Amino acid sequence: MTDSVNQPRTLFQKIWDNHVVHAAEGRQTILYIDLQLVHEVTSAQAFEGLRLAGRVVRRPERTVATADHNVPTTDRSLPILDVISKRQIDTLRDNCNDFGIQYYDLNDPRQGIVHVIGPELGYTQPGMTIVCGDSHTSTHGAFGALAFGIGTSEVEHVLATQTLLQDKPKTLELRVDGQMRPGVSAKDLVLYLIGKITTDGGTGYCVEYTGEAIRELTMENRMTVCNMSIEAGARAGMIAPDEKTFDYLRGRPEVPEDFDAAVERWRQLPTDEGAVYDSSLTFLAARIAPQVTWGTNPGLVASVDATVPKPMDYADPTEQKTAASALEYMGLKGGERITDLKLDRVFIGSCTNARIEDLRAAAEIAKGRKVSDDVSAMVVPGSGQVKKQAESEGLDHVFREAGFDWREAGCSMCLAMNPDKLSPGERCASTSNRNFEGRQGKGGRTHLVSPAMAAAAAVAGHFVDIRQWS
Amino acid sequence: MKCFTKHTGLVAAMDRANVDTDQIIPKQFLKRIERTGFGEFLFWDWARLDDGSPNPDFELNQPGVKDASVLLARRNFGCGSSREHAPWALEDYGFRVIVAPSFADIFYNNCFKNGMLAVRLPEDIVEQLFGRAEKYPGYELTADLNNCTVGDSHDFSTTFEVDSFRRDCLLNGLDDIGQTLEHEDKITSYEGTH
Ligand code: SF4
Repeated sequence: MTDSVNQPRTLFQKIWDNHVVHAAEGRQTILYIDLQLVHEVTSAQAFEGLRLAGRVVRRPERTVATADHNVPTTDRSLPILDVISKRQIDTLRDNCNDFGIQYYDLNDPRQGIVHVIGPELGYTQPGMTIVCGDSHTSTHGAFGALAFGIGTSEVEHVLATQTLLQDKPKTLELRVDGQMRPGVSAKDLVLYLIGKITTDGGTGYCVEYTGEAIRELTMENRMTVCNMSIEAGARAGMIAPDEKTFDYLRGRPEVPEDFDAAVERWRQLPTDEGAVYDSSLTFLAARIAPQVTWGTNPGLVASVDATVPKPMDYADPTEQKTAASALEYMGLKGGERITDLKLDRVFIGSCTNARIEDLRAAAEIAKGRKVSDDVSAMVVPGSGQVKKQAESEGLDHVFREAGFDWREAGCSMCLAMNPDKLSPGERCASTSNRNFEGRQGKGGRTHLVSPAMAAAAAVAGHFVDIRQWS
Repeated sequence: MKCFTKHTGLVAAMDRANVDTDQIIPKQFLKRIERTGFGEFLFWDWARLDDGSPNPDFELNQPGVKDASVLLARRNFGCGSSREHAPWALEDYGFRVIVAPSFADIFYNNCFKNGMLAVRLPEDIVEQLFGRAEKYPGYELTADLNNCTVGDSHDFSTTFEVDSFRRDCLLNGLDDIGQTLEHEDKITSYEGTH
């Protein structure tokens, strides 16, 4: 234990201190990892590495796996047609069998996007260190956990040692004061923040989101915010646990047996009065409007009632160049009104926005309306359990009747590794987290928005300001 | 792990900021379960035209840089997805050194795990190097990890910073897991008390 234990500490500092296995001057810290989540795309080479070195998984019970990135979202009873995808998924199943790891297979009703099922099953808990070979592991920070994405070599390191070598990140507080206006969602909030601090503004930092607007968010909304921390370059994003966190977790299958005792421990985690962050920025919730990205990284974003910027709006020559090439890729000139942008596709899904509250928000808009004739729209629930819940509430009917495609759980068109993808030139309103070139299909043009904004865009055929929707 | 001490190589300049790992290695190649063979897919969507032929405008398809092993890039290189396939592809293609004003955290880490040196230099120096790469045909840079210097044969030399642990591991090609397991007793005792 270090001296700092007696000083006021941040949430991050407490979790860090609590997981140091070995720290020495000039070395990276050996940090204990409580939970590793594993999926098919970034794990095969790690298991192979273990085998080649004759090593085993140190703590299989601290490791949980599912297949999500590469899975078809159509009828699961049919075989997977893509043989290479199938081989990757089969490899994960075999590796989990061989090394004694809990695996949620495609036919398991609990299967889903790894960042959706971790919290849903209660694996994700406050105070934990959580890693996964996936950058959106930051999602789990919504529970007051230190959660971050790692590379495949590190996946192997954690499998073999249950620890990770880490440089201690700096801390950045992003405080959002006041209340958000009606029609403005957690997705808008986080896109707004990324727009302000830019796509690398968080590099080297662990972000803690604080302030009234953050405390007001539901757990699912907090996950949306933390999920996108990586889009600002942050190593991790976190929110202090509170009664909402404990209420969300109570009764879930994988939570500690003595839940009340755990809650008592978790109550010690929030940042102490007087603790200092390496850097702090404050924003006003009331300033935030619904957001739509117009470029090819999530920081290139505008309010729905604004126009697409022009390269000359930027002072810095590199930024001008970035804007110019983003506009070119997106088939825009700059100066267009966001609400004039016409859409071909709408995707509601991903680990950012495919939980039940997201689907409810979208269904509320879709109810009794029809998807525009010019648009093809799909809804992909984040997990089997989200899908079941939505169906029990009749949301699938709402979507189907409106003309949305209703799919099985998976990552789907968030990264288009499976057959769900955009064709070149197609413009898509997407609730996912990345608008990189080709992310949703080569030549596809992605605009990131909230679930309600995506649903409204599907109906209207172009972006609409959800605040004026009636 | 592969070691790295000193490398001199032809420079390829990529004058774009925020190059993300989705571009470095697009998702359609992530289905493979091997660690090697990703080089031919490097920057696939940028490097090829729709008919699959090489895109003559793409930086790495320029005649002078075919054998480049040093990549000069702009800030926030390697942002986005954590896929280690990105450094695997760069390394397999032949790159040993990447120079940029800044790198995304996970990508930076992934480079070192694969024997590639990622060098952070101030923005104005990188700007200078872009100028030199354009000015001198066949422009080469030398990166020396022992002395933490980058230089060319036209009187340019600068130092760079890298933390001593990463430097040590890369210089000696040390296996991270093996190193950590030297502290296995500490892991065990941690597990006993937590
Ligand atoms: S939904 Fe998208 S961002 Fe999330 S884990 Fe899947 S591919 Fe990654």
